[in-house]
Amino acid sequence: MADLTDEEFDRIRQILGREPNHTETGIFSVMWSEHCSYKNSRPELKKFPTEGPRVLVKAGEENAGVIDIGGGWAVAFKMESHNHPSAIEPFQGAATGVGGIIRDIFTMGARPVFSLNSLRFGPLSSAKNRRLFAGVVAGIAHYGNCIGIPTIGGEIYFDESYEGNPLVNVFCLGVLRHEEIARGAATGIGNPVFYVGSETGRDGLAGAAFASRELSEASRRDRPAVQVGDPFKEKLLLEACLELLESGCVAGIQDMGAAGLTCSTCETASRGGTGVEIDLARVPVRERGMTPYEIMLSESQERMLIIVKRGEEERVKSIFEKWDLPYADIGRVTGDGMMRVLNNGEVVSEIPARKLAEEAPVYHREAAPKAPPAPLENPPEADPQTVLPRLLSHPAIASKNWVYSQYDHTVRAGTIVAPGSDAAVFLIREADKIVAATTDCNALFCALDPRGGARLAVAEAARNLACAGATPLAVTDNLNFGNPYKPENFWQLREAVEGLAEGCRAFDVPVTGGNVSLYNESPAGAIDPTPTVGMVGLIEDERHITTQAFKQAGDVILLLGGEGSELGGSHYLKVIHGLKAGVPPRMDFVREKSVQAAALALIRSGFVKSAHDCSEGGLAVALAECCISGKKPLGAHVQLSEATPRVLFNESASRILLSVAGNSAAAALALLEWRGVPARRIGVVGGPRLVINEFSWEVAELYKEWYSAIGDLMSS
Amino acid sequence: MRCAVVRFPGSNCDQDCYRVLREACDTDYVWHKETSVAAYDLIVLPGGFSYGDYLRCGAIARFSPVMRSVIEEAGKGKLVLGICNGFQILCEARLLPGALIRNASLHFICRRVTVRVENMDTPFTNAGTTGALLELPIAHGEGNYFADEETLRSLDRHRQVLLRYADAAGRASAEANPNGSARNIAGVCNRRRNVFGLMPHPERASDPRLGSVDGKVIFESILQNG
Repeated sequence: MADLTDEEFDRIRQILGREPNHTETGIFSVMWSEHCSYKNSRPELKKFPTEGPRVLVKAGEENAGVIDIGGGWAVAFKMESHNHPSAIEPFQGAATGVGGIIRDIFTMGARPVFSLNSLRFGPLSSAKNRRLFAGVVAGIAHYGNCIGIPTIGGEIYFDESYEGNPLVNVFCLGVLRHEEIARGAATGIGNPVFYVGSETGRDGLAGAAFASRELSEASRRDRPAVQVGDPFKEKLLLEACLELLESGCVAGIQDMGAAGLTCSTCETASRGGTGVEIDLARVPVRERGMTPYEIMLSESQERMLIIVKRGEEERVKSIFEKWDLPYADIGRVTGDGMMRVLNNGEVVSEIPARKLAEEAPVYHREAAPKAPPAPLENPPEADPQTVLPRLLSHPAIASKNWVYSQYDHTVRAGTIVAPGSDAAVFLIREADKIVAATTDCNALFCALDPRGGARLAVAEAARNLACAGATPLAVTDNLNFGNPYKPENFWQLREAVEGLAEGCRAFDVPVTGGNVSLYNESPAGAIDPTPTVGMVGLIEDERHITTQAFKQAGDVILLLGGEGSELGGSHYLKVIHGLKAGVPPRMDFVREKSVQAAALALIRSGFVKSAHDCSEGGLAVALAECCISGKKPLGAHVQLSEATPRVLFNESASRILLSVAGNSAAAALALLEWRGVPARRIGVVGGPRLVINEFSWEVAELYKEWYSAIGDLMSS
Repeated sequence: MRCAVVRFPGSNCDQDCYRVLREACDTDYVWHKETSVAAYDLIVLPGGFSYGDYLRCGAIARFSPVMRSVIEEAGKGKLVLGICNGFQILCEARLLPGALIRNASLHFICRRVTVRVENMDTPFTNAGTTGALLELPIAHGEGNYFADEETLRSLDRHRQVLLRYADAAGRASAEANPNGSARNIAGVCNRRRNVFGLMPHPERASDPRLGSVDGKVIFESILQNG
């Protein structure tokens, strides 16, 4: 049952001064799981920059970080994984992932306004992966659509390394006034502790511990560790909690996510410097005969713990009753620092809250460096004429409309740039502010060089925001890695964290929180290291909002940052030649920042009709996407130095494609030259074909390949 | 004109409707446990997943306390507008004929569609033109309009179909039908023309920043009558 080591068990004996009983052992095992305690990753996470003038709530302080966006308004956002549950039960695994991250946001007092997600699966050629993919998408749609929070963007990749261990990382952002920030602290000795939301059942028992183990054939038996979501109940809970927080009756609030009642009671007590005493006999339960162990470790969804200001009980009850939510007064805040759990008045567990929540063991794992990737001397050739359509119809690059047409992405009437451009752009009506958001990670690069790949992920996220017309505000990250006890995996984690930290420092953006998901392994081995970056930016003026699609025939195409030459880790090598090899592109932050700043400056001066970064598939794919991602496909005539695979499909970083009106091209180029950014006019928009040197493609054909690829695979 | 936006548990387009209406008139939220909407000239049942759409879309909301009054006021000729889940509730409450069943694709569908205004001679469409094309977002899993042949004929005979899915050329073709609706029906009114239900979301197409203001035709029509 318990995943505790002998050493950890000794430590528990020391803390308690006696043998722990069955319930207490369960409590320690979930609180000291990687998922809840970060015991293997904490020393690494300290390397992130977390400070900044806009930071209102820092990483690790509460359920989510909070960032100032001006005018007295703030945003709370965070990304979290639900990888293991989704591997076993894709629909419910993904749905409850969405539910969990939404709760993290409204627990902060923020109204959730949009979601993103970053998904990874094994190749769609296998029926099992198609089932996982369809199930995850349906689960996200089920939960997000019902609760009425638009899913407006993200990313999806397919690679052999995720076979049997898909990644489901979900992001949610909410808006609040500075003075509305709610705290998850049990303050005020004697204050009553309320339980509200769904009844506690036997689902999700010890899910946090399950998430902190490798997946194996036996994991199927862990299906009871997967929770079942009820988005309708969560919608009621969301509205009731926001109404409750507005009423001023709440001293502290905490959702019951991983480790359920256990985590929420000991964490609120620990943050408040107090104790909490609850009686399990008063907890609303779904079935009779549940043991204290089961009630404490259940991860039933849609539940909250509310510390109510004494004397306000009746007002609180009337709000719960208005929303028809089950609730109970289950205990009180005490002054003795203990998490004391009673069952019908009889003590079943008594643990110092702070020691349980904050003093989990910390491990410095052994790291075994992998040899740096060897450069690819003679990259294989292929005919660009057939390569481009093949890349565009590869599921990792193809249009994701099959996915996002299943997500309600227009509810809340704020989606200005819908899924499918470089970044999603959303009008937060409450604050009258426009934000852009993106999730990025090219795990091919990370597999070859975790540090370099992580640096590139941060740069690409910032570049996507720049292309949308936004300045970055802050980052949330989701670190998906294999078992940290294997030194080569721990090395990847450490390298990637340091790479992310370097990137965040370079762009001067704090990390405001996130999630660590280790043990992402299937019998075939660990996943490619996947440190997903979620970045949020602010758009100052609605006129700066820019999308990737070409707008008008006659517009001139400019390439910022040069043609590039680095094929290492490219989709060309992987998709066309089956090679995961070579040295990933270099990331020179100074150059990257100057390219982004120049693109933003041009956008702000009103020159720019479209902007798109060159990433997966390189320049040729980026050009094709500009042609085919708009309302109507538009061709282009482009002249490059040469049309070899190296020029067309390399994935060198720090490159942006802009289109500008014909009569402003000269002025734009002059401005770029003055800024010292390498830039060149490479072509003109127009016609029914994309012509690059001696090659040419009908854009309507490219569109068809790209648009229908995933749908066709899924109906095959 | 006074407008009520009814909030059922699970409504999620209530705020979007409220914001659009409040710009033009006096608008209140009305909680579903209220028993009277007699004070209002327009009653809006917004989109969402009332009662989680468990059992059947709109089937439980139809029994909310407020619905008795909505039915009463509709009988008196007050304007009632149901959008998406609101349309489903109106059908369940028998204020509108027909039913909305699972999309033909069996998938939830969120995208922008073109609809053709079939009849401008109603309080919901008279700021538009018959035959005009509107670009509106849809977002539903159960928007496939279904009615028996006789009802469909009667709807046409009495010109109760107000919106039909159409292509860019204005043809109500099979390709332009996103969800399998009978005769491409996107919205219908009652015989008296004071109750209107539609699957597309006009409130999500009422701000130029979102790319279409075609939804305003519906709201402007209603407000003209006030």
